Amino acid sequence: MQYEAVIGLEVHAQLLTESKIFCSCSTQFGAEPNTQVCPVCLGMPGVLPVLNKRAVEYTIKTGLAMNCRIAPYSRFARKNYFYPDLPKGYQISQYELPLCEDGYLEIIVDGEKRKIRIKRIHLEEDAGKNIHDPSGYSFVDFNRTGVPLMEIVSEPDIRSPKEAALYMKKLRTILRYLGVCDGNLEQGSLRCDANVSVRPVGSTEFGVKTEIKNINSFRFVEKALEYEIKRQIKLLQVGEKIIQETRLWDSQTGTTQSMRSKEEAHDYRYFPEPDLVPVIVSEEWIEKIKKTMPELPDQKFDRFLKEYGLPEYDAQILTEEKALAEWFEKAVVLGGKPKEVSNWIMVELLRLLNEDAKDITECKLTPQELVELLTLIEKGTINRNTAKDVFEEMYKTGKSAETIVKEKGLTQISDSSVIIEAIREIIAKNPKEVERFKAGEEKLIGFFVGQVMKLTKGKANPKLVNELILQELKKGE
Amino acid sequence: MELHKLTVVQLARMIHRGEIRAHEIIIDVFKRIQEVEGKVKAFITLTVEKAYNMAKDAENAVFSGKKGILTGIPIAVKDNICTKGILTTCASKILYNFHPPYESTVTSKLIENKYVLIGKTNMDEFAMGSSTENSGFHITRNPWDLERVPGGSSGGSAAAVAADECIAALGSDTGGSIRQPASFCGVVGLKPTYGRVSRFGLVAFASSLDQIGPITKCVADSALIMNVIAGYDPKDSTSAPIGISDFTEYLGKDIKGFKIGIPKEYFIEGMDKEVQERINDAIKHLESLGCIPIEISLPHTEYAVATYYIVATSEASSNLARYDGVKYGLRVTGKDLLEMYMKTRSKGFGTEVKRRIMLGTYSLSAGYYDAYYKKALQVRTLIKQDFEKAFEKVDFIVTPTAPTPAFKIGEKIDDPLQMYLSDIFTISVNLAGLPAISIPCGFNMKGLPIGLQIIGKPFDEAGILQLAYAYEQSNPWHKMKPTL
Repeated sequence: MQYEAVIGLEVHAQLLTESKIFCSCSTQFGAEPNTQVCPVCLGMPGVLPVLNKRAVEYTIKTGLAMNCRIAPYSRFARKNYFYPDLPKGYQISQYELPLCEDGYLEIIVDGEKRKIRIKRIHLEEDAGKNIHDPSGYSFVDFNRTGVPLMEIVSEPDIRSPKEAALYMKKLRTILRYLGVCDGNLEQGSLRCDANVSVRPVGSTEFGVKTEIKNINSFRFVEKALEYEIKRQIKLLQVGEKIIQETRLWDSQTGTTQSMRSKEEAHDYRYFPEPDLVPVIVSEEWIEKIKKTMPELPDQKFDRFLKEYGLPEYDAQILTEEKALAEWFEKAVVLGGKPKEVSNWIMVELLRLLNEDAKDITECKLTPQELVELLTLIEKGTINRNTAKDVFEEMYKTGKSAETIVKEKGLTQISDSSVIIEAIREIIAKNPKEVERFKAGEEKLIGFFVGQVMKLTKGKANPKLVNELILQELKKGE
Repeated sequence: MELHKLTVVQLARMIHRGEIRAHEIIIDVFKRIQEVEGKVKAFITLTVEKAYNMAKDAENAVFSGKKGILTGIPIAVKDNICTKGILTTCASKILYNFHPPYESTVTSKLIENKYVLIGKTNMDEFAMGSSTENSGFHITRNPWDLERVPGGSSGGSAAAVAADECIAALGSDTGGSIRQPASFCGVVGLKPTYGRVSRFGLVAFASSLDQIGPITKCVADSALIMNVIAGYDPKDSTSAPIGISDFTEYLGKDIKGFKIGIPKEYFIEGMDKEVQERINDAIKHLESLGCIPIEISLPHTEYAVATYYIVATSEASSNLARYDGVKYGLRVTGKDLLEMYMKTRSKGFGTEVKRRIMLGTYSLSAGYYDAYYKKALQVRTLIKQDFEKAFEKVDFIVTPTAPTPAFKIGEKIDDPLQMYLSDIFTISVNLAGLPAISIPCGFNMKGLPIGLQIIGKPFDEAGILQLAYAYEQSNPWHKMKPTL
């Protein structure tokens, strides 16, 4: 029997607000343990939460970007459970009335558009971190406690690990475009839990699902799901039942392990948070937020096709990161030809950034400098091959193209007399090859061009070299 | 001169005229405490050194002309209101060593006004109870009869005021915890409208019901304290964003023509005869002052106690989850995390607190939520609507504060249901978020005080105080003192 997977993702995104969701403590990552805490985020007796308006704004922004309905009236709820990293013994979250509902986002799977529906987006506070010491003691760091967290829940519309990864990527792209989350899975500012079940192809009913937690890298989204789907199918094939449970992804072994069964699941005893008033979102507020929305990746993609005539592949890659798209556009505005700029970015720039594991925002090279390089090529000052080396040098040193060309004497030789001199030298040195060429072995032209380029240290204008070699070789006939 | 017997109004006037200095008041009040505290046991902590320092601050403020209405006035604070650096226990063993690193908004405002903190008063553990017998430390006795309870949960504050161990006190009221002990101890207790006074720094019992208010020797004192502690607080999202009122504005103004509602559901059979008589007398007295009594109906009254014990315990079960031994307060170690939790909470909480945590946890559990918590919220809305309808016809509602005068120590402690019923007349007010006051309206044959409750429209504390003041000033009750 053929099986298909049914996957829904629950994504937690830490919001990039300056301060925590219910107090004014900093949200900065990586500080000394328990240095970014106060009585409010520590949940001490008698203190009260005060909602960070910016966090609500960021969530509404996200909801709008994901085509959600923004609730005019929503409220917070308490999710009750005991754990040392949860200082109040409950997490302030949203339950019955989330801020955003019923949205979707589009992904492109094998060239085809797929709509993945978003069930809800709600706002909550993050928990702290337990640190288990080899001595047997456990410590708690509350710096992360109260960092605003957005939970984005998809409908079970995803059908393969690949789709899940594409969905995650798209989600991350949008969050980064909006500037509401830095989308770092490794540092945990973006976290992903997956609900997975399998069913015979053609069936419309859902199978028994498991929840996979601890998927903390993009690579693992696909890997963990692939493993879990295979595991479930294997069980069904031998006639066993799937148990509804929570499973933990173990990247060491590449497997998922049972964490707790449905029977052991917590009863969170949700109820409306009495310390906070309902969140009222007016039409005016939504309109105001809409005005601050940047162009989103899908819109940018469409525009890049239309405005710059880029192939879909180029537009796709360029619009994945807002900063990259902006880098591209700046170069075009400064006079670069769109497709040429795109080629340089995709072939050279992204390769170099990738080698250094750097982000476009950390790139020293400016669009202005690329355009200057392109101008040198166009003017024939340097040839395309030399330009690649110059580009790399520019990327590494931050020097301008002109400086590098001057310093290294890379200016292209377009003086025919100089080139002819070199050609004559090569012809004189290689009488056998000249014989063979004259005997009709025409492909040897490449050999002569190569030798001439070598002699001129690659600076000769390749077009001229080609023309002049033919001319010289044919002379003696 | 027996300064401890005076009121805020009287002492403030003397301070203003330069007839007396703050430290003289403190000396006299601590002398009084020395004499009677052994019998009453109203306090958990006496802040003697702190009080003298604050008195000095107060005198400096008077000297430099920066004095407020409560400058130099010795005030006792219930031990569930956080005072920075000063032991704040909620009368619970689980917070036996808790010194908050922050000040509640109400005491911050009192400090700005240069008040003098006398000490932290005893209460039922986490404000759960109606007799102060649920204190994790000791019981407090009613100054009018040491064999009897002072009421609760603000029993320590009410007893301290009645016994002249302070000039005024702060209490908190979740289901009657200011008004019922005020009634039992023959003093004035005001529960403000929900949202009128900031809850920041009040250790939560039931967040949607809790409210801080004054317990005083006379109505005008309550008005003066309200002038200092009331107002919007950005640190409390549930505090009402409305302007500051002068709660003394209508004191002494005519009350002629006020329509006072008498809810028939509050005058039930089996009610204490003498309580009923005193309340009837009080209504007649108000009539003689020009008020018009009108019978009204609050039809959902009979569900109030049940509703309250679901809403309040549900919130409490969550509010008290933070006492887990991890961060502060009591920790009893165990072989693992779960055992530490269980041992800490078993040892730290008293019987009544455990009972309410269990009730609340049950009400919120999957499968029971709709039948209990959700249903209770619906009834709460109906109770609120009862009052809204009633207030279309009347300006105030007048009822007994409690169905009986103070009962004997130990009398109800083993019968939680009987104990819960002692709040039957006060609970609805919290569910509806309304303001209400309890003022003395006479005594029974045994010489025990009886309290009259006046309920007002939302944010009409000034009106309540006006009516209460008119009644008080034309009666002798508030001038009577227990013999200790």
